[in-house]
Amino acid sequence: MMREFKPMASSEMTLDPSLKTRIETRHVTVIYGQKAGVKDVTMPIYANKVTALIGPSGCGKTTFLRSLNRMHDLTPSARVTGEVLLDGINVYAAGVDPVEVRRKIGMVFQKPNPFPTLSIYGNVVAGLRLVGIRKKSLLDEAAERALRQAALWDEVKDRLHAPSMSLSGGQQQRLCIARALAVEPEVLLMDEPTSALDPISTQSIEDLLTELKNHVTIVIVTHNMQQAGRVSDFTGYFLNGEMVEFGPTSLLFTTPKDKRTEAYITGRFG
Amino acid sequence: MQQAPVQSSLIKQTPSAIYRLWGDRIFLSVVLLLALSIVALTLGLGYYLYLGGSQAINKEGFWGFLTGTTWDPALKLEFGIWPYVLGTLITSFAALLVSFPIALAAAIFTAEYAPRWLAGFINYLVDLMAAVPSVVYGIWGIFVLAPFLREVIYMPTFLWAAEKAPGLVPFLGNPAGYGMFTGVVILSSMIIPFTAALSRDAIALVPAAQREGAYALGATRWEVMQTVILPYARGGIFAGAMLALGRALGETMAVAMVIGNSNVLPYTLFGPASTMPAVIALELKEAVEDLHYSAIIGVGFYLFLIAFIVNVAASYLLNKLKVGSQRA
Amino acid sequence: MRSLQARYTRDRLILIVVIAGTILAALPLTLVLGYALVNGFSSLNWDFFTKGPKPPGELGGGMAPAIVGTLIITGTGLLIATPFGIAAGILLAEYPENKLNPTLRLLSDTLNGMPAVLKGLLAYVLVVKAQGSFSGLSGAVAMAFIMVPIIAKTTESVLKLVPWNIREAGLALGLPRWRVILSLVLPAARAGVVTGLLLATARAAGEAAPLIFTAFGNSLLTYNLLQPMDTLPLRLYAYAISPYEDWHRQAWAAAVVLLGLIVLTSLLARWVTRGR
Ligand SMILES: Nc1ncnc2c1ncn2[C@@H]1O[C@H](COP(=O)(O)OP(=O)(O)OP(=O)(O)O)[C@@H](O)[C@H]1O
Ligand SMILES: [Mg+2]
Repeated sequence: MMREFKPMASSEMTLDPSLKTRIETRHVTVIYGQKAGVKDVTMPIYANKVTALIGPSGCGKTTFLRSLNRMHDLTPSARVTGEVLLDGINVYAAGVDPVEVRRKIGMVFQKPNPFPTLSIYGNVVAGLRLVGIRKKSLLDEAAERALRQAALWDEVKDRLHAPSMSLSGGQQQRLCIARALAVEPEVLLMDEPTSALDPISTQSIEDLLTELKNHVTIVIVTHNMQQAGRVSDFTGYFLNGEMVEFGPTSLLFTTPKDKRTEAYITGRFG
Repeated sequence: MQQAPVQSSLIKQTPSAIYRLWGDRIFLSVVLLLALSIVALTLGLGYYLYLGGSQAINKEGFWGFLTGTTWDPALKLEFGIWPYVLGTLITSFAALLVSFPIALAAAIFTAEYAPRWLAGFINYLVDLMAAVPSVVYGIWGIFVLAPFLREVIYMPTFLWAAEKAPGLVPFLGNPAGYGMFTGVVILSSMIIPFTAALSRDAIALVPAAQREGAYALGATRWEVMQTVILPYARGGIFAGAMLALGRALGETMAVAMVIGNSNVLPYTLFGPASTMPAVIALELKEAVEDLHYSAIIGVGFYLFLIAFIVNVAASYLLNKLKVGSQRA
Repeated sequence: MRSLQARYTRDRLILIVVIAGTILAALPLTLVLGYALVNGFSSLNWDFFTKGPKPPGELGGGMAPAIVGTLIITGTGLLIATPFGIAAGILLAEYPENKLNPTLRLLSDTLNGMPAVLKGLLAYVLVVKAQGSFSGLSGAVAMAFIMVPIIAKTTESVLKLVPWNIREAGLALGLPRWRVILSLVLPAARAGVVTGLLLATARAAGEAAPLIFTAFGNSLLTYNLLQPMDTLPLRLYAYAISPYEDWHRQAWAAAVVLLGLIVLTSLLARWVTRGR
């Protein structure tokens, strides 16, 4: 079930009435021990759109992103409060299986983290194989598709069974993107996916986002504001763990409402 | 680029229930069950030893069994374990006393003075030393150490005392070579690696900033050691000593092979003695009477109590300090 | 304030003391290794590995039953201990949120330090008494008691060396935790886990005390776990305290074999965990 998101009262955004909310966070706060990493973030993530999260280093983008698919469950020091509604269901509600949530919401991490003991091919199909899909033709097909999408196929097609650690850093990152895509998530969280990539691979990944939008909802953290401008439909600006401003990318970049957003954007755009 | 097909549906072939619902629960239950049997085993060790020894302990009373000085499985069937307790405590603490400065010196040398290759080699030797089987130390004790000590220390001292200070002779005891002193020497050699390894780890954990601060004040190497490093590392060093003591208390074969195995009090410096582990190892398989069995297992129970206290203290300290968390 | 000269002199004196202590610390092992090689190496012949013991006083014979028994008893002990030890290592490393972990870690470390002879005593109470006779099986159980906490400790520490982000990558793919542990984390730590098993085996294989009244010893070759069985340390001990020259010679040879075993395993362990 999709839910309508009520535009924030203060904004005069002209929202397309066909917009559907895929995820909605309500007062999400993440506390590491005593220190808050993310404070009271309420925002929508629209279906089949790319939402960019921007903000200075350490402002809580990664922390927020990880709260969406319950990755904080495994950090004993981190505590998450508030609600993350995925299609109207709070993923933190009792009885919700985090594995189910992560199956729907995939993630690409800030640092490449391929499985060191698996081959390139093994990495891509790990998510499929380890839930019991064995049929070789299915796996081969999925691997090729995912590697093509991640713009890695041409570079590795002749050495699919080489160890994943033999790839360069940028290639590893694209491998991780392919791995996340192979399980066909409905929502994809990407934490600075192109920060280690050259311009050409970056271009391919950006093309991929535009293409994937048709059936996947994407949240991307980026330090590169041109990139946010190019690929995203909506942007949220984070500062010190709070979300200062959220709106359609075109508006946020041209007529920011908040002084702090403006300072950040102009500071970077020069 | 190839067009991504719309949601082909590999994933929609929903994984079986074991993946979705029960897998994690079953796995964690199995892991918990297996892992927690270690807790049961540790506590069960004490419980079963008490149970096995209760016949003898009940007969003599908890304190009577501990402090009784007669161990007579043959005629009177009277069981007091004090000679063994005393032998264990004396040899263990004496060995700790002897080995501690040596082990600490080795730790300081490898952590602070030695070049890398030499430190690596000595560390390897130390780790190896901890792994050498007890019986190997034992055979060396019987055929090399004991005869050597007899010739070089016991006989000369004994002869000197007999002539010059006859009052000392009863305290020296039989200089045959197999006795308390030899036991302490071999035990000291065996527990060095435990103190040495943990002290070395503790010294290595001292933050560089601490040392540099002191060096910057113009302190010499030893002054830095004395004022900064040793105080900082003392928790780990102490834990290492506790661990070594625990090993000494339970060391069986090497000691049994050289200590002479006599439970006749009073013990003398060179003369034969016995320990709790030794009496268990040597008498259990020959015991005939039920009460004798029970008494031997009772010795085990009291050894458990002593070793448990020492080892819990050492483990608690180590886990708190995170020293040696990388070693088995 | 002491003069700089005096402070340096003192520094040098301390260094001499420290070096002397280090030499003293290394001395026993060097001597044990040296004497074992000198006295035992020449007795390592084909007979030692293939023949059984001769009656007391007769020359010759070997330790084949003891070697076979050592393999059987430690092997069986390893089979028993492995699931418990690895499970404990997994719990300690992979489920840091588990409330029982501090207790488990404390008691497992404690068990590791407890006298081996007591573990043998427990095996005696639980197995020998129940079975009504000494047996290789009871010895294997005692060996397992010795190995479990060692395996737990090494498994925990090698699992902790596996970067945490591997687990996150697996979970983010929607894999259940158990799958991540079994298929991604354990394989990444495989070499270390195996080394831990090896070290535990080597440690247990050298123990004699807990076997005297469980496996008991047997001068005949047997493969039957329900019968008394011989092991190298047991035979070494029996020969060392015997009055026969020829047996002393063989005891030294057994010592060389045991030393070789631990040197080999520790070198292997270094090699496997190299660069860590
Ligand atoms: N595991 C953790 N334990 C404690 N504090 C943490 C942890 N992870 C992050 N933090 C803190 O939370 C805050 C937000 O961190 P986060 O990683 O979310 O920032 P970010 O916006 O992703 O930064 P960057 O752009 O550098 O990746 C930081 O101050 C960080 O120090
Ligand atoms: Mg980040």
